[in-house]
Formats: sequence, C-alpha cells, structure tokens
Amino acid sequence: MLKEIRIHGRGGQGSVTAAEVLAKAAFKEGTISQAFPAFGSERMGAPVRAFCRLSDKAIRTRAVIEEPDYLIVQDPTLFGQVDIFGGLKDGGVAIVNTEKPDEINVPQGAVLKPVAGTRIAMDVIGRPIPNMVMVGAFAGLTGLVSLEALQEAVKERFGGKVGDLNAEAVEKAYRAAEESK
Amino acid sequence: MAEKQEILEGAMAVAHAVARCRPEVIAAYPITPQTHISEELSQIVADGELDAEFVKVESEFGAASVILGASATGVRTYTATSSQGLLLMSEVLWNIAGMRLPVVLACANRSISAPLSIWCDHQDAEAIRDCGIIQFYAEDNQEACDQHLIAYKVAEDRRVLLPVMVNLDGFLLTHVFEPTILPDQQLADRYLPPYEAVLKLDPANPATFGAFTEPDKCMEGRWMVHDACMRSLPVIEEASAEFEKVFGRPSGGLLEEYKSRDAETILIAKGSLCGTIKDVVDEMREEGTKVGLLRIKTYRPWPTEAVLKAVSGAKQIAVIERGASFGAGGVMTPEVKETLYDAGMQTPVSGFCVQLGGREVPPDGIREIVDRVASGEKQTAYEYFRLKTEILPELVPGA
Repeated sequence: MLKEIRIHGRGGQGSVTAAEVLAKAAFKEGTISQAFPAFGSERMGAPVRAFCRLSDKAIRTRAVIEEPDYLIVQDPTLFGQVDIFGGLKDGGVAIVNTEKPDEINVPQGAVLKPVAGTRIAMDVIGRPIPNMVMVGAFAGLTGLVSLEALQEAVKERFGGKVGDLNAEAVEKAYRAAEESK
Repeated sequence: MAEKQEILEGAMAVAHAVARCRPEVIAAYPITPQTHISEELSQIVADGELDAEFVKVESEFGAASVILGASATGVRTYTATSSQGLLLMSEVLWNIAGMRLPVVLACANRSISAPLSIWCDHQDAEAIRDCGIIQFYAEDNQEACDQHLIAYKVAEDRRVLLPVMVNLDGFLLTHVFEPTILPDQQLADRYLPPYEAVLKLDPANPATFGAFTEPDKCMEGRWMVHDACMRSLPVIEEASAEFEKVFGRPSGGLLEEYKSRDAETILIAKGSLCGTIKDVVDEMREEGTKVGLLRIKTYRPWPTEAVLKAVSGAKQIAVIERGASFGAGGVMTPEVKETLYDAGMQTPVSGFCVQLGGREVPPDGIREIVDRVASGEKQTAYEYFRLKTEILPELVPGA
C-alpha cells in the first residue's frame, strides 16, 4: 500500500503543516509516512505545494509526487493558475475547498469532493485557515487516518486553545465528509 | 528502551541529536537550508535544555573562527552551514583540520552561486574536499542524526583528532518529515563520554596552535593531516560497530553494498538520491537486470580498499554525482577510476552529473543510465545528464 497525496495552497494557508499533521497522525496508527514541501522560496499568497506519502513499508524515495492518488486543494482560485489536476491517477480524488463545485472543470477520470473548508474554519476557529479542515475531510473520505489519531496530532502540533479549536474543526469536517461518501 | 520513532523534520531531528552530544560551544549563522538546525539548537540552549554557550556571530567566517578558538580550549563544539556559508568558512576549516581540532559540523548540502540557487547539490562540500575534514554523507534523517554521534566519536579519538563534517542533502533531508529515532540521552552519554583534549590552550601551560613552520618541517605537518585521515578509516568502522552495540541499530560505516555483490552493473552514489536508486535497483532486479548500488557513506577519507572489494566483480560501473569539476570531469568518478587503475583493473567507469542546483532526478533517469552502461555504451567524457541544450543561449555570437 502506497498512497501519495499532493496538497495545493497559497503561502500562509498551512499546506506544509497539513502534510506534516497528516504524516504524524498516520504514523500514530502504524502507517509509515513522509511529508515535505515543494522546496522553494515560498511567500505569502504565492502558490505552494506540499506532499505526503503513506505506506505500509519504509519510504525511500524523496521524489516530488507527480502522480498523486489524492489532491487536497486549499484554495479554488488556484485553478487556472496552476496545473492542479496534472498527473492525478485515473480515479484519483480531488478534495477541494469550495462551495461552488460547478465552477471547477474536472477532467475525465478524476473525482471531485468539495468541502466547505473556509466556512468550517471561520465557524469553528474564527480564521480563514482551512488546512486542518481539509485534512479532516481527507480522513473522513478516505479512512486512511482515524479521527482520533488526527485530533491527537493536531493538538500536539498546535497545543492549547488553537489545538482544541482545530481539533473541533477537524471533527466537523471529518463527520461531514464521512456522510458525503 | 526510551528510544522510539517519531515523525520529525530532518533539521529539527539533527538539532536534537546534536544537543544529546552535549556540545559546550555552538556558533552558527543562518543560511537556507541549514537554518532550522542552528535555530532549533539556539532554542534548546535558550530553554536551558542544553548547558552550552550559543554564540551569535556576524558571518560563517565568525562561526568557524569561534568554533576553532573554543575547540582549542578543549571543549566540544558544533556548527552547521550550507553552500556560500561553507565557502566563507573554508579558510578557517583548513586551519581547524591543520590544527587537528575535533570540531563537528553539518553541511546541509546546497548549490554554490552563480547562478544563485538554494537547492541541493554536493559542490559545496566537494569544494573543501582536500582540507583534511572527514566527510560523512547521510541517506536519510536517521542516518544524519546517528552520524553526528559517530562524528564526535571519530573526531575526538586520539588516533584521529580531525574535524568531521556530516553532509545531509539540503531540503531533501533537512525539510522532510519522516520516522526518526532521537538518540536516548543515557545511551548517548554512554557512547560519547565528555571530551578530554590532548592539547589545549591553557595559560598555565602555554602552547601554540598552527605555528609558523619553515620548509624543513611544513610538509611533514601537512602529511600528518593526511595520515590522520587514513588512520580514521578503521576508527570509523570501530565507532560504527560500537554505535550498533550501544543503540541496537546499525549506522555509519564507510559504505553500503546494496544488492551489489552479484551485480554486473554497479552504480556508485552518495546522499539521499540513494533512496530513489534503491527503488530503481529493486524494480530492475525484478525484471532480471543484475544491478546494484554502492553507497559511499564516508567520502573523506576515500575508502579505497572497501570500494575495490565492493566493485571487483562488476562488469561496468556508473558513478552518479551531484557534483562536477569544471574544466575537467566529475569529482567522485576519477576517484573510482584511480582506485581501479591502481589495482590493475580495466572495468569501464562512466560518470554522470545528474543534478546541479536541485533539479529533480526521476527514477527513469537512473534507469536510463543503467540501461546505457549495461548495453556496453562507452563513455568518452563525464556527462552532464539530460542537459537542456535547447535552452542554452548563444553566448558567443557566430561561434
């Protein structure tokens, strides 16, 4: 089992942190994991990518993920600016932060799973940072990471009230995604 | 045992592994992609978790100079840098080696300007190849951590007394989160007792380090650096064996032979690219291609005998480099050729510069190299692999 996830976002939306938390959560349950950013000079607002691999055996490659199984897209304004769907495996799933899924031109063979990421983040955390919401939705849709492990990883990563709020947002996104399956 | 795997960022993991070696003086200047190492160490010291002096300096030249002076007073020292930072240190590093100071430093390998690039290759470390610093190369973050402990063990061994530099690929290791075991403090203390200098700067017993030396003795002084490098080879193996005994996992050593014992084609490489190469070796083995990897873990001193033994059965060899010697050929490629030539062997050796400045080396590139050398293709010059000739400007009009 090797699952490869590519996260698209903009600098400041926490894409690298999303990959990190996902890797840490999966590892808690015995899945070997790896997370890394697209190495560059990231700036606030600029398109960024981060990557996560989940596997049942040691991960030796450090190559950028060109043919992901899953996409997590934090910002729908990236469509048209960045080749988001490029290389997505046939039947691959794109989990996109959007409330206007009709506006997204989904290529054949790809499955779109819209998530109201920013709205959930605003409702629960009070800030438009959707990263943990998107990771929660990923877990709910794929079952590759449990809610409990994810919440634990989130609390460890952020700590305190921010950790609790993000863990709550994760649960909301997780439940919603589970129901939408 | 208190040791367990955690998902850690490479640079953070290295910083914590270094802290458990209990350096007493740390000096560093930030530079991408090294910065997280020194930043985290500064935090560890500020938090009171490590009893050390963290000296904030104005440049890498200052960092290396502080470390030189501190080490000469007989304390354990540390610094980390990358690229231009290493080059700015280089004058001091030659002195550190010549003065036989057991400094340990990390180089988060990064390309050298110009053009300006923050991404990985090995030209920074290779630029100081000849100064008498022992150089280790890590494949993954666990090894980068472990090699720091082994580095101190070897550096401070009285048969050696030389600086050791641990190379970890910038971004490809420093910025990757992956399962890593931080060395348990008690085990680290058992493995690495406090440093006791043979000679140190001490007002009660005045001594000079790096004295002015006339031609009748200078060459002998320089030769002793070479000799100490050569003497470190068995010490590195001993220190690695002891590491395994104490920590219960193998690490360090001179090289790794990966499916190369019966291989017709042997690839030789160092650093994190070896992970990708191993995946390709596995795939091609399944298809029936007899290919293997020789991974160089200790690049200086060059482990001549071990390399020779490892490649003696090969029909052809490809050296895969992240470096080059402009105006000549490769860096490691000629060393492999020299090793074979001195042993009277004629095995064809091809050299490939697969990457400078961080370009991605996809698995199909490794595969292409294996296919080409295995088919008997004869190389006449070191090759800049997949050079995009189509984007080269016409530099000399009409030429």
